[in-house]
Amino acid sequence: MKENKTMRETIYWTVYNNDSGGPTQQLLLFSSSVRAGFPSPATDYASDPVDLNTYFTRNPAATFLVRVEGDSMINAHIDNDDLVVVDKSLRAVSGNIVLAFVAGEFTIKRFVLKPDGAYLEPENPKYESIKVSSPEMGQVWGVVVGVVRKFDKDHKHDNTFRIS
Amino acid sequence: MTTRFALVDCSSFYASCERVFRPELEGKPVVVLSNNDGCIIARSNEAKNLGIKMGAPYFQLRDFMEKQGVAVFSSNYELYGDMSRRVTNVLLQFTPNLEVYSIDESFMDFSHLKEEDVISHSKQLRERVLQWTGIPVSVGVGPTKTLAKVANRLAKKKAADEGVMVLTNTSDIEAALEQTEVRDVWGIGRQHAARLQAIGVGNARQFRDLPADWVKKNMAVTGLRTVLELRGSSCINLEADEVPAKKNICTSRSFGQPISTLSEIEEALSTHTVRCSTKLRRQESYAGAITVFLLTNRFAKDASSDYYSSKSARLPAASNSETQLLRYANALLKQMFRKGERYVKVGVVLSELVPAEQVQLDIFSVENTEKQDKLMMTLDNLRQRFGHAAVKYAVQGEEKNSKWAMKHEHLSQCYTTRFEQLLRAR
Ligand SMILES: [Mg+2]
Repeated sequence: MKENKTMRETIYWTVYNNDSGGPTQQLLLFSSSVRAGFPSPATDYASDPVDLNTYFTRNPAATFLVRVEGDSMINAHIDNDDLVVVDKSLRAVSGNIVLAFVAGEFTIKRFVLKPDGAYLEPENPKYESIKVSSPEMGQVWGVVVGVVRKFDKDHKHDNTFRIS
Repeated sequence: MTTRFALVDCSSFYASCERVFRPELEGKPVVVLSNNDGCIIARSNEAKNLGIKMGAPYFQLRDFMEKQGVAVFSSNYELYGDMSRRVTNVLLQFTPNLEVYSIDESFMDFSHLKEEDVISHSKQLRERVLQWTGIPVSVGVGPTKTLAKVANRLAKKKAADEGVMVLTNTSDIEAALEQTEVRDVWGIGRQHAARLQAIGVGNARQFRDLPADWVKKNMAVTGLRTVLELRGSSCINLEADEVPAKKNICTSRSFGQPISTLSEIEEALSTHTVRCSTKLRRQESYAGAITVFLLTNRFAKDASSDYYSSKSARLPAASNSETQLLRYANALLKQMFRKGERYVKVGVVLSELVPAEQVQLDIFSVENTEKQDKLMMTLDNLRQRFGHAAVKYAVQGEEKNSKWAMKHEHLSQCYTTRFEQLLRAR
């Protein structure tokens, strides 16, 4: 391994996350590329603008976006057509909202452990709780850590531009 | 410090990627087909156990697989590429000294670990990759890359919940090499394997114990290097440095069915050229020459009548401009196209690549080049945000409806790279 490579990586791998033991982000703290011309006085303070990705995701490698269908979680402020941010690296604890796979379908519900077993509970009185009595019945796929909503839901529109 | 390498290999990678988003397929046979749904290129263990062979033509097995309830997928490289990147990112947390060897394999430097920690570390790595990405991996550890490969093969044969094999002491290595056929040793090609077999060298232990002189004489330095690696002295270093920029870039695809009209081939070629020049700019290079090639099939069903033809042109100055490359590609195509031929494949190769910083700018065209650069940057950004189909030239046509588009009747969603194809949940 070349010396300069190691140096660069030491600078690169600095941000750690205490509970998972691994670095959460690859933060480039300092970039030394030299360009011709007058140096900007802000060079040493260079920083990226705030980024919603880093706000929502602690573990990009384990983070997945899922589109919500229906209103079963409406009282937890998760609405039809919202996106939920799912972190697969987290193990669900009672009370978490989770993405679960039950009876051949993905579902978003609140995971609740009770003395008689595990439940997936909706946040809408119109829907029933699901009791998961064995691992074959269902499993937690990941923990929902956030919800993203756009007021102007344009994701269905065709994004194709044409130039000729 | 003891030199120590790990080879981490994703189990049935393509099939595993599909399963992450289709948990009901856990424990069921899954296969993935090659481009154009031609043949089988990946199998889950359950599919292997049904006797489904690698490379088998899909149409021959279609009925059998349907009866057996095998889940069939067209290859979804967009998905596999993203899942591969995720796996690599998890691995990087264990050490930055990592070499991505292929889409589903990475070598890692484990020299920094204490010997007694290697197994627990490997198990932790497996668990974390599985928990975070849903992809099962096997881990093989040894004092050289070649022995790490040997260890990994054996790790795969273990029970599914283990998947870790560490080779440290001499007797373990001895036993592992006895169990490994010489043709399965990393770096031994089919021809050498056959020759070794013929002189009674069947397993890796026997190969390792051949006299170095004989190996060097008959299998050159690379063969000798493999023997030394099997003996435990590390000769092949980790190539952790960034992959050197490629010397030339090629994009080509077979058509869904033979095509005989120029406009349809133009559409396909233009799409390939756009993709190819995107790759070119991504590696920050300019191309000095462009080649277009065509594969023709005169008689259906007789692959021996296939033949390639190609034509090249040198560009007036090295370029990364899509519009210019498109002009050249389509002009070359027009020169080659013959009415009445059955074309089955078209491709484009960009060559004589030079890094952007070495490009000799034609001083009379600086202004023009800057404009081009700006346009290309805008295009790349748009495509990154909205996908490759977002910005198209009229000549590319509509991929979906045309004959040249590849067959992928069993394509899964791009769950992680396209907003409109995300996983859905109630
Ligand atoms: Mg593999």
